[in-house]
Amino acid sequence: MADVGTAKLKRGLAQMLKGGVIMDVTTADQAKIAEEAGACAVMALERVPADIRKEGGVARMADPLKVKEIMDAVTIPVMAKVRIGHFVEAQVLEAIGADFIDESEVLTPADERYHINKHLFKVPFVCGARDLGEALRRIGEGAAMIRTKGEAGTGNVVEAVRHLRAVLDGIRRLQATPEEELMTVAKELGAPYELVVETRALGRLPVVNFSAGGLATPADAALMMQLGCDGNFVGSGIFKSDNPAKRAKAIVEATTHYNDPDVIARVSEGIGEPMKGLDIRSMPEAELLQTRGW
Amino acid sequence: MKVGVLALQGDVSEHRKVLQDLGVEAPEVRTMADLAGVDALIIPGGESTTMGKLMIESGLDRAIRERAERGMPVYGTCAGMILLARAAGGGEPPLLRLMDIEVQRNAYGRQVDSFETDLDVPALGPPALHAVFIRAPVVERVGRDVDVLASLQSRPVLARQGVLLVSSFHPELSGDARVHRYFLELVRQNKAS
Repeated sequence: MADVGTAKLKRGLAQMLKGGVIMDVTTADQAKIAEEAGACAVMALERVPADIRKEGGVARMADPLKVKEIMDAVTIPVMAKVRIGHFVEAQVLEAIGADFIDESEVLTPADERYHINKHLFKVPFVCGARDLGEALRRIGEGAAMIRTKGEAGTGNVVEAVRHLRAVLDGIRRLQATPEEELMTVAKELGAPYELVVETRALGRLPVVNFSAGGLATPADAALMMQLGCDGNFVGSGIFKSDNPAKRAKAIVEATTHYNDPDVIARVSEGIGEPMKGLDIRSMPEAELLQTRGW
Repeated sequence: MKVGVLALQGDVSEHRKVLQDLGVEAPEVRTMADLAGVDALIIPGGESTTMGKLMIESGLDRAIRERAERGMPVYGTCAGMILLARAAGGGEPPLLRLMDIEVQRNAYGRQVDSFETDLDVPALGPPALHAVFIRAPVVERVGRDVDVLASLQSRPVLARQGVLLVSSFHPELSGDARVHRYFLELVRQNKAS
């Protein structure tokens, strides 16, 4: 009589995360700091993106034991990342009871052509996107939540802004498109027709859309909210900064009170140095994570 | 009549949409000034620890408790129910402690155990109410002054104490506005009296 694993339940958990900050953590202690600072969820991973960048090699799903330790340490939902297309890593995370799976370009892809069929899972998925077509392809595959990709591990918000604007611009264009042109638009976007029609009618993505990839300051978090995302992922930006607990709390407050410059000013004061950022224009193409995903 | 939705974190826009579709003004409440302008409050679904911390930071915990003690109707869904409870297990103690119920966080299980089902709610009449439970809290004990309006496997899931209403599920996600209508009726009666 009870239904589990439905699209409503999967999308519903993402709706409960709105207006919040999801933080990357690599240990149970970091997870507790994140929860104490007001994170609405944590992302369990082996290394934060800045370290993945620095150390190179193949980046994979975290050790299930580590994910379980983090699940035991906090009451907020725990997410974990799997490689693009690696559906067995996803089966493992579902088996141990992770609350959300991120099929993430931050890890080394396991499949360079196909993503995971996310409809087959009871656990919800979040996927990265750089524009409307990519977002709708992921939703078509069953993603219950989208995050604009940005460029993870850089501490530079420019790509996060670019990708969120691209998604929102795509939606505004759809709204100005007459009905008879939608099939051709769907073809050009490489997106399922039904989702194109639904997005146009809603005037927003049919699932929750967070921003991600390079947020490092409370002002960055508020910027993304004012631009129109539903919440923020902060990865390396917290635990690669001088004072993670203070910065995490400040980013949470700035995400809630994103329209109040007095609050953003107050929480930005004296929180120590942010992570050192990277200029994305000086990075070789091969080092970009955002181009992973198809 | 203005019914505010606490907008610190969670599914705020879903509650506002239901209220607006019922013809009620539903401003977001983030500050004490916002709270002063509403006749009643909905505390939405979301993360209770996150909302609790943000409430303390803005002083809204005390302000909401004071208003509620002077008779402001409050409806809490899921995380909102945890915040209103007198006691809550599985994490930090609840903040508002306005309602005589004891709850256990996430006691129906993790996200893979979240479920949808139909509930009989005599106070709302037929048909059965479709209910969406997401990492839902379980009500373990209710006080004498609490009316249980619906139960699932003998655990209360919708309950009322005076002008306080709580549900462990999310009527804002199911497309059935009857629970919101029920709350608005409480607000109207309260305003008239």
